[in-house]
Amino acid sequence: MAEPLGLFTDTSICIGCKACEVACKEWNQLPGNTPEFRDSFDNTGQLDAQNWRHVKFIERMPDEPVAVGNGHAWLMMSDICKHCTHASCLEVCPTQAIIKTEFNTVFIQQEVCNGCRDCIAACPYGAIGFNADTGTVHKCTMCYDRLQNNLEPACAKACPTQSIQFGKLADLQKKADARLATLQAQGNSEAQLYGRDDKVYGGLGAFFLLMQKPEVYGLPNKQNAVLPSRNNSKSYFGALVTAVIAVFAGMVAFRRDGTSGAVHDGDSASADNG
Amino acid sequence: MAEHFVQSPQWGWYILGYFFLAGLTGGSYTLATMLRWWGGAGDQRIARLGFLVAFPLVVVCGIFLTVDLGQPLRFWHMMINTTPGDTGLSFKYWSPISLGSWALLVYSGFSFISFLEALGMLGPFSGAFGRLFNFIGSILALFIASYTGVVLSVSNQPVWSDTWALGGLFLASALSGSAALLAWFASSRPDAGSTQWRLLRADGYFALLELVLIVVFFGTLAAAGTLSHALAGPWVFIWILVFASLVAPLMGLGHDRRLSATLSARGGALTASTALIVLAGVFLMRLAIIFSAQS
Repeated sequence: MAEPLGLFTDTSICIGCKACEVACKEWNQLPGNTPEFRDSFDNTGQLDAQNWRHVKFIERMPDEPVAVGNGHAWLMMSDICKHCTHASCLEVCPTQAIIKTEFNTVFIQQEVCNGCRDCIAACPYGAIGFNADTGTVHKCTMCYDRLQNNLEPACAKACPTQSIQFGKLADLQKKADARLATLQAQGNSEAQLYGRDDKVYGGLGAFFLLMQKPEVYGLPNKQNAVLPSRNNSKSYFGALVTAVIAVFAGMVAFRRDGTSGAVHDGDSASADNG
Repeated sequence: MAEHFVQSPQWGWYILGYFFLAGLTGGSYTLATMLRWWGGAGDQRIARLGFLVAFPLVVVCGIFLTVDLGQPLRFWHMMINTTPGDTGLSFKYWSPISLGSWALLVYSGFSFISFLEALGMLGPFSGAFGRLFNFIGSILALFIASYTGVVLSVSNQPVWSDTWALGGLFLASALSGSAALLAWFASSRPDAGSTQWRLLRADGYFALLELVLIVVFFGTLAAAGTLSHALAGPWVFIWILVFASLVAPLMGLGHDRRLSATLSARGGALTASTALIVLAGVFLMRLAIIFSAQS
């Protein structure tokens, strides 16, 4: 396997220009959804089968009039599939259409997927969407075709502020650590890295520098970043206990109490036994 | 408290239909086996009916599951890995859909053979072989009736993944619905009053079990902070109907054996209405769980 590659998105320098969204659509030939005018600069809404990059605008405006010192940040974040080391989608996929590539990224094989959509139910980031035209699910590939040709992903290539950086994961992690230290030294005490270490799904191939806690950006925190399989044994055990009780109840209900039912009920003793 | 930022898988009416019928086929097969094992000679007609019902239902299950896929012609990808360079059987025991696909295939075979036997085309299955065959078939049937709940729980969706009770709840509900269905069939036979009474008594036990599991289900959601999500909007009214559907079978627990004579005398109207109410409850419970989480 090649050395793991990844994307580091520094939200502190994202300007919300959406060049990443456009570049992604252009390279991956995604026609996109019809734009919607919302109460925001966000006209794509969410990650889905057509939006593999989505710039979130998180408008944290104060209720009271803004004065010096009480303004809130207008957060922007270019969201993407996280390419989790321990990926929920890959875990549940029954067809094995979702695989890990040689770059440690998560990839959906379109010719294998049969559109059961279990991965959508599993992905904690809402990064996968169903395309009714192809009958399959889609998400960011981290431009797998470009990686195979030693090119960087289109989003990173297009980002004018270098908010999105591509490279070897180990190198990106060092850059992220340095950037975080700088921000914290400047007084941004809430700045933090998300997915840089293994506490969130074993580490993320696409990780982030956030200016607030993860929930503000619509990302599960460490406590809620859990795999679907956590419920496997508990759920099956619950079903097993129920089955045992139900079989016992059936035995109580159906068992003849030492006498022939025919005597009580007039059932024919020669009833069809088949 | 659990926080979810997922998207809906858009599992709709086909999946609801599958979950409903999977419960009934698994429940009918299991109850037929119970009647065959523990019932008397007079119960065997209804046991045979249970096997006759189980197979057609599982056929419809397969159709619903297939047409729900975005690529229905690739249904076999559930069992065969077509990844270039890595082809072979696909079996992931930790993926409930993968496990369920295999279980459904094997169970279909068992229910088909039991179906043929019930038609009299194979001769009666008796002795140790018959018991072993029905035992294995029933294990699979119980799995089919319950694993659909596990499919929901093994996800990151709100409500579904916040509880471990869905597998058991779906099983208890499936057995209750199947007992009501078979009791309805028994009501059409004047000499099956005893069987009908036994099925209604079993239905009462299963409904009680279901009631307990609904309480557990709500308790786990409350602990996770998502109970309000499950009961938001119209769903609270659907749950009221589900509770109402449990009243009749629970009241049946208080009846003594003389009810069998009454049932024989009064015919099928009472049992038919009871069965329809119970089956509606089985359907509505799944509807509320499947759709509320995705709304």
